[in-house]
Amino acid sequence: MTYRRLLPWLLLAAVATALPWAFYDWGHHRHAGFIISMMSQMGMMTILALSYNMLLGQAGLFSLCHATFFGFGGYAMVHLLNAAGDGSLPVAIEFMPLLAGMSALALAIVFGAMATKQRATAFAMITLGIGELVATAALMFHHFFGGEGGISTNRMIDHSLFGLSYASGIQVYYLIMAWTFIAAALMRLLTITPLGRMANACRDNFERAQFMGYDPRIVRFLQFSLAGFFAGIGGGLYAITYEIVTFDAVASPLSANALLMAYIGGSMVFAGPVLGAVLITLLQSGVSLMSNSWLIYVGVLFITMVTFAPTGLAGIILAHGPIWRAGRLRRLLLPYLRLLLPGLAAVAGFVGLVELLSFLTIGAEQGKRLILFGTPIYIASAVPWAVASALLLIGGTWLRKEARRFASIWETVTDDLREART
Amino acid sequence: MEVLIVSLLNGLVYGMLLFMLASGLTLIFSMMGVLNFAHASIYMLGAYFAFETSRLVGFWPALIVAPVLCGLIGAAIEVWGLRRVHQNGHIAELLFTFGLVFIIGRSVQMGWGMLPEPYRVPALLDFPLFTLYGLQFPAYRAFMLLISAGMLGAIWLLLKRTRIGLIIQAALTHPGMVAALGHNVPLVFTIVFSGGCLLAGLAGVIGGNYQSTEPGMADAMGPIVFVVVVFGGLGSLAGCFIASIVMGMVSTFAVVIDTSVADLLHPLGITLHNDDLLGEILTVPVARIGALLPLLMMVLILLFRPRGLMGTRDT
Amino acid sequence: MKCQRLFAAGFAVLLGLAVFEPASRAAEDTIKIGYVDPFSGPFAATGNNFLKVFNYVLELINAEGGPLGKKYELVTFDSKLQPAEALIALKSITDQNMPFVMHCVGSNVGSAMIDAVSKHNARNPDNRLLYMNCGALATELTNEQCDFWHFRFTANVDQRAVARIKTLPASVKSVYVLNQDYLFGQSVEKATLKYLAQYRPDIKVLADELVPFGKVQDFSPYIAKIKASGAQSLVTSNYDRDLNLLMKAGNDAGLEIRYDSYLAHQPGGPTSTGPAGDNRLTSIMEFHDNVPAEEHSAAGEKFVAGFRSRADFNFIPLDYVTMFRMLTAAINKAGSTDALKVAQALEGIKVTDMMGDENIMRAEDHQLLSPLHEAIFTRDAKLDAEKTGLGWKTEAKLSAADLTLPTTCKMKRPTQ
Repeated sequence: MTYRRLLPWLLLAAVATALPWAFYDWGHHRHAGFIISMMSQMGMMTILALSYNMLLGQAGLFSLCHATFFGFGGYAMVHLLNAAGDGSLPVAIEFMPLLAGMSALALAIVFGAMATKQRATAFAMITLGIGELVATAALMFHHFFGGEGGISTNRMIDHSLFGLSYASGIQVYYLIMAWTFIAAALMRLLTITPLGRMANACRDNFERAQFMGYDPRIVRFLQFSLAGFFAGIGGGLYAITYEIVTFDAVASPLSANALLMAYIGGSMVFAGPVLGAVLITLLQSGVSLMSNSWLIYVGVLFITMVTFAPTGLAGIILAHGPIWRAGRLRRLLLPYLRLLLPGLAAVAGFVGLVELLSFLTIGAEQGKRLILFGTPIYIASAVPWAVASALLLIGGTWLRKEARRFASIWETVTDDLREART
Repeated sequence: MEVLIVSLLNGLVYGMLLFMLASGLTLIFSMMGVLNFAHASIYMLGAYFAFETSRLVGFWPALIVAPVLCGLIGAAIEVWGLRRVHQNGHIAELLFTFGLVFIIGRSVQMGWGMLPEPYRVPALLDFPLFTLYGLQFPAYRAFMLLISAGMLGAIWLLLKRTRIGLIIQAALTHPGMVAALGHNVPLVFTIVFSGGCLLAGLAGVIGGNYQSTEPGMADAMGPIVFVVVVFGGLGSLAGCFIASIVMGMVSTFAVVIDTSVADLLHPLGITLHNDDLLGEILTVPVARIGALLPLLMMVLILLFRPRGLMGTRDT
Repeated sequence: MKCQRLFAAGFAVLLGLAVFEPASRAAEDTIKIGYVDPFSGPFAATGNNFLKVFNYVLELINAEGGPLGKKYELVTFDSKLQPAEALIALKSITDQNMPFVMHCVGSNVGSAMIDAVSKHNARNPDNRLLYMNCGALATELTNEQCDFWHFRFTANVDQRAVARIKTLPASVKSVYVLNQDYLFGQSVEKATLKYLAQYRPDIKVLADELVPFGKVQDFSPYIAKIKASGAQSLVTSNYDRDLNLLMKAGNDAGLEIRYDSYLAHQPGGPTSTGPAGDNRLTSIMEFHDNVPAEEHSAAGEKFVAGFRSRADFNFIPLDYVTMFRMLTAAINKAGSTDALKVAQALEGIKVTDMMGDENIMRAEDHQLLSPLHEAIFTRDAKLDAEKTGLGWKTEAKLSAADLTLPTTCKMKRPTQ
C-alpha cells in the first residue's frame, strides 16, 4: 500500500531529474537555459499552487493575497542572501528557503489574525485589500522593498552544504526540485493530520464543525498561516533563481495566477494544483513567445474549464479511474479519437481567426509576417479567413454532434460499471 | 477654502460616476453572491461603443445605443455563460468572469488598437458652466451629475414602485421562495445582470470622455468599484450610494492634505527622518497614499462589520 | 457533459504541445538581436509602438547595408513588464546564441537586465552577450549601477532634466513640480529640483508633488491645488494616462498655465491633449516631424514622410537610428559579432546622426551623448502630430556638448 502511494512521487522525481538532460545542447555542451528556467519556474509555481490549495481546496477559503506571502518570502530571501554574502549570516544556502518561509509565516500570522476573523466573501475581500495594500507599499517604501526597481542579490554566497557554487541554472534547478518535493510532501502529510481533517470539515459544514467543539476560526488561522509559510519557501526559491525580487512578486496578478493554477488543475485533488502550475507556466512562458494574443487563449481556456470541467484536470483524470480498473477504457478509445479530429479543427479555426484579427489591427503595422502552424500567411487574401472560419464553424458543429454521442457512450459505460458493482 | 469647495464638487462628480458603475455591480453581487470581475470591462466596452457611435451618428444617439449594446452583451453572458456555470459553484462563476476580463481586454485591443481614442465631449456641452475662485466648472460635469442623478431616481422608482422591482428585490434575498411562488427566477437573474451591464455601459458613455478611452481603462476602474460595492454592503443600494460618494470624496480630499504622521508628531517634540522603514512610513504625506485610503477603509469596515456599511445580510 | 470536459482537456494539451514547436526560423545569415519588451497585458501598447519604430528603422539600416554584409533581424520576447519574465526570455536568447539583447520599457526591468547580463557573462565566458538599453532612463544605470556590458543609446533622466530646465523661458518665475510616484518619476523629481537650483535659482518651486502611478482617476483636485499655488508652469514627467487625465482636468477647469513636460510627445499624447494644448504644452524630445524641414534635411523629410504614411503616431526616437549605425560601425571595426569585441569597439565611438550632428558613446559610463530638442505643441507647425491639426515646433536645440554631464561610474572592464 505504501509502495503504491509512493510510486507517483518517485516517478515524478525521476522525470524531474531526467528532463533537463532531454534538452541538453550537445553541440555547445551546455544545458538549454530556457527549459531549465521554465522548469524552475514550474517548481516554485507548484509550491505556490499547492500552498494556495491549502486554503481554496482544503479549507474552502478564497484568498486573493497569496502572492503577498510568496513575494515577502522572496524579499526576505534577498536580504538573507545579502547578509550571507557579506558574511554576517553563516547559513548554508540550502537551508535559506526555510528562513524565507519563516519570515512569510510571521507576516501570515499578522494578516491571518485579521483576515480569518471572517469567512467566505468578507474574507476574500479583506485579503484583496491586504494584497493591494502590500503591493502599493512595496512600490512606495524603498528600505525593505527597493521600490519599483526591486532589490537584487547574488546567490553565489560561497556557503553550501555540498560545496556547490550555484553558478549554473541546473544546480539551482535541482535545489528547487528538492525543496518542491520537501514542501509538497509536508503539505501532503498535513492533509492527514487532525488539522487537515478539521479544515475539510470547516469547508464542508462549518456549523457542524463548530458544534463538535472546534473553533473554525482557529482552524482557518492555522491553515492560513501554514499556507503563508509554504508560499514563503516558494518565494525564497524565486529569489535564488532570479537574484532579484520586484513588486511583481507581491502584486495581484500572481495571486490570481495561484488561484487559476489551483482551480484549473483541480482543487479537490491534492496533486491537482501541480498540473495547473505546469500548464499555466507553459502558457505564460511558452505560448507567449509565439503569440501576443496568449491572454485571450488563457481567457478561453478558463471559461471552457469552469463551464465544462469544474473539477479541473485532475478531476477529469480521476473520472477515468474506475473505468480503467474495470478494464473498459478500450471502449472509450474510438470515441476519443472521433472527438479529436473536430476538436483540433475547431481549435485551429479559432486560433487562426484570433491571430488573423490581431494581425490585422496590431501586427500588420509592425511589418511582421504572420506565420501560423509553420506556414507564412498573406492576410490580404480571403483564403485564410475563409479557411479559419470554416474550420471553426464546421469543427464546432461536428464537435457538438460528436460530443453528444460521446456523452451517451460515457453514460452507458459508467452505468454498466454501476450495475456490475451492485 | 477655495480648494475645499472645488474639491467638494469634484468629489461629488467622481462619486456619482462610481455610483453608476457600482450600482449595477451591487445588484449583480447581491444576486449571484459573487463579484463580477468583468464589470469594469463592460464599462470599457461602453466607452468604446459610444466612441464608435458618436463618430458615426453623434453623441446623443450613443447615449442610448452603447448602453443597450452592453445590456445585450450582459444578457448573452448570463444566458449562455453564467447560467451554466452557476451549478459549478461560486468560485467557478468568479473565474468565469475573470476569463471574460482577458477576452474583452484583448478583443478591445484587437478591435481598436492600443492607443487612446479621441473620444471627446460633445460640442454642445463643451463650455464652462460657471467659474469658482478662478477655476471653471465644465458643463459636462454638471451633465454627468444630471445623468447619474436621473439614473438613481429611475432605479429607485423601478425597484420600489413596480411589480417587477418587487420581484427583483425578493429574488435578491430569497430566490427559492420566489421560485416557489411561480415566478421565473432565471429570467429575473438575466434581467438584473443585463440591467447591471446596461448601467455600466451608460457609465462608460459618460465616463469615456471624462477620463480617456483606452484599453487600460478597465484595469484602472476595476478595483475601486469593488471597494465601493463591498464597503456599501450587500443588497443595499443606499449603502452603495453612500459608499460611492464617500470614496469619491476621500479620493479627492486626500490629495489636498500634505501632512504626514510625522508632521503631527512634530509638535510633541518627536522628529522622524525617513532613513528607516518605520520613519519612511510615518513621513509619507497623506496626499501620496490617497489611492490607498479606500482599500484601507474597506479592510477596516470588513474587520468590524463584515456586512458592509448598510448591508442587509452577511457577505 | 463529460465529453465537453474532454474537449477542454484536449484544448489544453494542444496548447501545451504547441510550446515545443519552434517559432519562425529565419535565414541563417542575419545578425539576430533579442528584443525584450512588454507585448501583452496593460503595457502592450508601449512595446508594440516601439516595435513599429524598430521595424521602420531597421528597413533603413538594412538598406544602407548592415555590418559585415549581413542584415539585422529582431527576435521579439514578451517581458510583460516583469523582471522575472524578462530574465526567462534572456535565457532563451543565450540558448540561441544571440550576442545582443535590446530592451526599452521600464527601468525596473532595465536594472534587472544589467545585473543578469553581467552575471551571465561572468559565469558563461563562452556565451557572452551585450545589452543595448533603448529606454530605461534612470540615471543610476550609468552611474552607480554602470556595467561594462550595458550601453544606453538614449538620453538619461539627468540629461533630459538639464534640457528641460535650461529651456524654460526667462519669464517663468514659479513652477509646480508634479511626477508619478515610482522609480522613473522619483528620479525625474530629484533631477528637476537639482538642476532648477543649479541653472535657474530665480525660479521658485511652489510645490513638489508625487502622484500615485496610474491610480488617479480624476486630476481635478490636483488642478485645484495648482491653481491655488498660482504657479506659472507645471513641470511634469507624467506620461500616458496620467498625463492625459492631468491635461484634461486642467483644460476642463480652464487652468491658465504652461505645461512643461518631459514625455508629452509619446504615442497617444498629442491625441489625448488635442487643441487644448495649443501653445501651452512643451516637451523634450530627440526628434519630431518638423525637425528635418527646420534643419533643411531632404533625407530626413523623406524618412518622416515614410513613417507618417504607415503609422498612426509620429517618429520621435532618432537616437535608435544612431544606435544601429553605432552598432554597425562597431561590428565592422571588431570584424565579428563577439560581444566582448563589439563592446570594446563601441566605447568612445562617434557617429553622425541623420541631422548631421555628432553623437558619442562615452567610454567612461557607456552613455550616449546626443542632442535634444525642446518643442512646443502649436497650430503653426508644418506637419501635425497624430492628425490633430497641431504639431511640434522646435523652440530650442541642445547639442551633445550641452548635455555632457559628469558621471560617477567606476567601470570594471573584463581582463581579456
